[in-house]
Parts: sequence; structure tokens; C-alpha cells
Amino acid sequence: MTATVPARVAVDKKTQKQLARGEKFGAAKRTKKRLTSRGATIAALVIAVLWTTPTFGLFISSIRPPEEILRNGWWTIFQNPGFTLNNYVEVLAAGNSTLNLAGAFINSIAITLPATIFPLVLASLAAYAFAWIKFPGRNWMFIGVFALQIVPLQMALVPLLSLFSRGLSIGDVELFASLNASNAYSQVWIAHTIFALPLAIFLLHNFVSQIPSELIEAARVDGAGHGQIFFRIVLPLTMPAIASFAIFQFLWVWNDLLVALVFADGRVAPMTKLLAEITGSRGQDWNLLTAGAFISILVPLIVFFALQRYFVRGLLAGSTKG
Amino acid sequence: MSAFLGWISTLPALAQIPLVLLAFLAVIALLIFFLEIAPRTGRKFTIIRAAACVLIPGLVFLALGSVLWAAGAATLFGALFFYLDYRSKQGVGYLFQLVGFLSPAIFLLAIGLIYPTIQTTIQAFMNSRGTRFVGLENFIWIFTQDTGIRTVLNTVVWVLIVPVVSTIFGLAYAVFIDKSRGEKIFKVLVFMPMAISFVGASIIWRFVYAVRPAGQEQIGLLNQVVVWLGGEPISWLSNEPWNTLFLIVVLIWIQTGFAMVILSAAIKGVPAEQLEAAELDGTNAWQRFINVTVPGIQSSLVVVLTTISIASLKVFDIVRTMTAGANETSVIANEMYSQWQGFEVGRSAAFAVVLFLMVLPIVIYNARQIQKQREIR
Repeated sequence: MTATVPARVAVDKKTQKQLARGEKFGAAKRTKKRLTSRGATIAALVIAVLWTTPTFGLFISSIRPPEEILRNGWWTIFQNPGFTLNNYVEVLAAGNSTLNLAGAFINSIAITLPATIFPLVLASLAAYAFAWIKFPGRNWMFIGVFALQIVPLQMALVPLLSLFSRGLSIGDVELFASLNASNAYSQVWIAHTIFALPLAIFLLHNFVSQIPSELIEAARVDGAGHGQIFFRIVLPLTMPAIASFAIFQFLWVWNDLLVALVFADGRVAPMTKLLAEITGSRGQDWNLLTAGAFISILVPLIVFFALQRYFVRGLLAGSTKG
Repeated sequence: MSAFLGWISTLPALAQIPLVLLAFLAVIALLIFFLEIAPRTGRKFTIIRAAACVLIPGLVFLALGSVLWAAGAATLFGALFFYLDYRSKQGVGYLFQLVGFLSPAIFLLAIGLIYPTIQTTIQAFMNSRGTRFVGLENFIWIFTQDTGIRTVLNTVVWVLIVPVVSTIFGLAYAVFIDKSRGEKIFKVLVFMPMAISFVGASIIWRFVYAVRPAGQEQIGLLNQVVVWLGGEPISWLSNEPWNTLFLIVVLIWIQTGFAMVILSAAIKGVPAEQLEAAELDGTNAWQRFINVTVPGIQSSLVVVLTTISIASLKVFDIVRTMTAGANETSVIANEMYSQWQGFEVGRSAAFAVVLFLMVLPIVIYNARQIQKQREIR
């Protein structure tokens, strides 16, 4: 837009006037834009401050000595200085008889990684089928899968739990046996995988179906089957979307409380469950609560900061349709 | 599979991750191998396919700990499957591929969501121990009780306020910071709450709402602000009906970042030419926003509103950890859990059905939207 010289064209008066207006507008535009952006920047700043203050306060509180936390607000840190890491040391050892918070931290990792990868792989397979394999009833089936999103988790938890522990048999025919895996992660992995599938299929389908159909058809003309198209064309092109959904899924599983309450018990409980327990039993121990909450925030924040590049790119890939 | 998972659970936590992932990826690799060779013609491939049609279901059933019956069913299924496939108009291997792509997800959804939903729905019409059919009794109980009606109304309030407010905030913020300097940092600041668990967020906000008697030094920021303005400290979470609003603030705080990130990506997808054309027509920034940007991001707006609506209908953790439903703040999901803990399975299931019915309009709207998009394509 910078170095284009307008060609001289013979025009009538009215058009000339219009062109002139356009130029004047162009000159005025720059100053006007700066003005509006100043107001907008202030508004954005206000929102940003409002949104970060609570977390910031939590962080400051978590490194203050317990007596100070209870005596005065965290915003008086400069009048009442005092820093300590004891809260963190103390909360890592806190917990119940079978598990402390440090162990629960490891559990959280062991639950989250597989529970992120399983649904993504299965969902991308299904999303491809819904987008590019024609079969009767495809639309209805897809809408059915989408609709499963609304099944409240609470509705599915108890039947699923009994399914895991007792198996399923119709009459005398045993469809499958019990998982006999209490005190193991497998229940939580499977449960999280199932609950993530509807949304994962829906979102990935949005991206996969936006791949230009010429590309797919060209590959098909060249003799590629669905397996090859999926592996060589669709998967690489949807990688950004998969990466961004992976981040979301990681955050959701890491932060989940309800599924953990039902499926992960005893020595495999994740951090959210232990933290909720500490909140319940010592609601006024602000030093432990703040430090514990901050430890549970830490990993998601690291993941988010490290991978945000991919994740904005992935969301962009979906929104710009040709 | 049961044996494998049993064995793996005896290992140290961090050793389980690579092992289970390797096993999973090996199965997927095998599946993709069969999908690859499915459409090829030739006797060799036909035999491999026919074998796979019998072997894979058989293996799956065996892995789930089943008996000879299952193997027999698998053989029959495989043969039928192969026959249908061979006659398919779409070419050899078509049905095989379709099932290969879809069946893992569909199978899991069937046992994990569809079967439990049916079971819960049946339970909603049974008595508390699930032994006797009682008709609509559980639903009548919900809608004739003060607390029941209150719970439903609270859920309606949540779903009316949270999606709208967080979308407006998210959209405004996304527009304000668009193409500004330090956009990334701005984004991170507001998105951060999304990375925090509901439990963590509840702790953060309980700390903001903390109250001390008047005259003492406040440790909760909100009450300190009230005191600075010359007011009396307020117990935010116990005065109804406003306490529900203070809980709603927490979810808005979390969801705004989600709305902002998605809408910001969508805004960047609005073609620059359209905006420039509108600019040349002499429109101001607000007109451009309403007439060009908003229509351009409409589908993203629908996705954001839907996702947040569903999340706020199902809200559980925030209410559970902040008030546990005391002082008239209960919502359906919380009441469901409480009734279930009180061994009132029928009532709990009835609440679940009510929730399901409330989400139905959202899903129908979205389904029609999807269908429209597909017709365009």
C-alpha cells in the first residue's frame, strides 16, 4: 500500500471528488486510528489488570510467612516484608495417610499424558471418516456424536464405574470382563478418553473438513486409499489443530476434579483431588492453600507458555477458510 | 487387555506412561496398516483382509476378557462384513476402511456415554433404590420443592449470564488488542485463568472474597476495596441472591480467556480487503466492526457461545468447593451429586434428565447450523 502511484485516468468531476475524499480519508485515518487505539489500549489494560490481580495475589501470599498472611492483606507486602519458601516445603509433604502432594504431582503427570494422546489419535481417525468418507446416515451420526457432548459427566460416571468393576454381560453371554484395576491409572485413562471424544471429534472435524476437496480428490485420482490420504495429507495438515486441541485436553485433564473423584482413588489420586481435600479439611490454612494452588497451576502455565505459539497457529488454521 | 493393564499398574508411575503409549500406538499402527492395504486388489490382499475381518474383532473381544461365543460372533460378523464390502459400489475395502476409522471412537462412546445415559434415564423413573417403577414422581418432587425450583432457576441464571458476558468481554478484548504492540503478552494475561483448575480458581477467589469482622484488617481484596471506599465488610458468599452472582464471576473469569483466544484467531481470519473496502466507503470503526467483522466471525461466535453455555450448565467444581450449595447457591450438577451421595439415585437421575433437556435446544440449534454448513459444502 505504500509505494503505489495512482495512474492518471480521465474521470468525470464526481469521481474526482470521490477520489479526493478517499485520499483525505487516508491521511486522516492514521491519526484517527491512533486515537481510538489509545482508548482501546486503556480498556485492554484495565481488563488485563482485573484478570491477573487475583492470581498475582495468590502468588504473593504463597511466599509470605503464615502469620503475616492471616494478619494483613497481600497488598501490604512492602509495609510488612517477609518471604519464605516454607509454605511450599510444608504443602508438598501434606496430604492423607496414603499419599502426599509430591506423590500426587507425579500421579497427575501419569494420568494426563496418556489421557491426552489416546483421545486425540482416536478422534482424528473418526473426524477423517466423518469428513471424507461418504456413507449413508453420515450427517445424523455426526450430529449424534456432537450431541453426546451434552451428556453431563455425572450422568455417565456411576454406570461406567460399575461397568469397569463388574464387566458387562447380556444374559449369560459376557460381553467383556471387569477391568479389575482399582488403584491403577487405567480406569482414569479410559474414562478421560471417552469423555473427551465428542468434543475432540467435533473440533477436529471442523478443521479436517476445511481441507480443500481438490487436494483429496487429486490424491484419490493418483490411486491413494483412505489410509494413505489420512496419513500423508490429512494428518500433516491438521497437525496445528491437533496440537492446539492437545493443549486444551492437557489442561482439562490436569485440572479435572470430578472424574478423579470417582475413578482415581487411594495412591493414584491426582493433585486436584488432594488439594480439594486440603481445602475441605483446613479451609483456613491460607499458607498451605495458596502454596498448593500455585503448585497445581505451575505445570499448566509452563505448558501454556511453552506451546502457545502452536496453539494460536492451530486455531488460526481453522478459522481462515478459503 | 485386562491382564496387561493389571501388570502395568504394578510398575512405578512414570514407567507406565511410555509403556502404555507404546502399546496403544502399536495397535493404531496395525490398524493403519490394514487400512492402507484395504483398497488394493489381488488375491494376497483379499486373504489378508478376510483374515483381518475375523481376527480384529476376535482379538478385541478376547482382549476384553470374553468367551468362545464372542469369537464365533466375530467370525460371523467378519464374513458378513467381507461379503457386504465386496459388493459395495464404493470399491473393495470400503466398508472395512470405514469401520476401521470409526469403530474405536464409536465403541468407546457407546460403552462410556450412550449406555450410561440410557441407564440413567431409566433410573430417573425408578424409586430411590432402583427397584420399582414410579413414573414421574421424581420429577414432580423436583418441581414442587422450593430448593428444587431454586436449583433449576440458579442453573438458568448461570447459563444466561456466563456465556454472554464472557463472550462480550472476550470479543471486546480481542478487538482492542488486535495488532497492538505486545498483543501476545496481553493475550497470555487474560488466558491464564483457563490454565488454572476450577479447584485452584475457587481457592483464588475464596481468598479474594475472604471477610473479616469490621474494624479488623481485611485479608480479602474485595472487602479491602469496600473498606477503602468507606463501607462495611460484606460476607459475599452468604447473602442470597447476590452470592450466586459472585460465584458466576469466577466462571466468567475463567471462560473469557477461552472466548478471547478463539475470537481473536477468527478476527485475524476476516479478509483485510473487506475491511479496506468498508473503510473506503467511509464507515467508522464501529460500523466496520458490526457489518464486516461480526458476520465474518459468526461461526466462531456460535462455537464459543455453545461451548461456554454447555460448560456453565454443567458447572460443578466451583459451586462444590466454594459453597457446596449452601445459602441457595446450588445448581443442578451439584444437587445431582448430593442426591447420589444421599442414596437417592432416582432423584439424582431425574436431575440429570432435567439438565439433559435444558441442553437439548442448544444442541438442536447447533445441529441445524452444522447441516447448513454441510449443504454449502
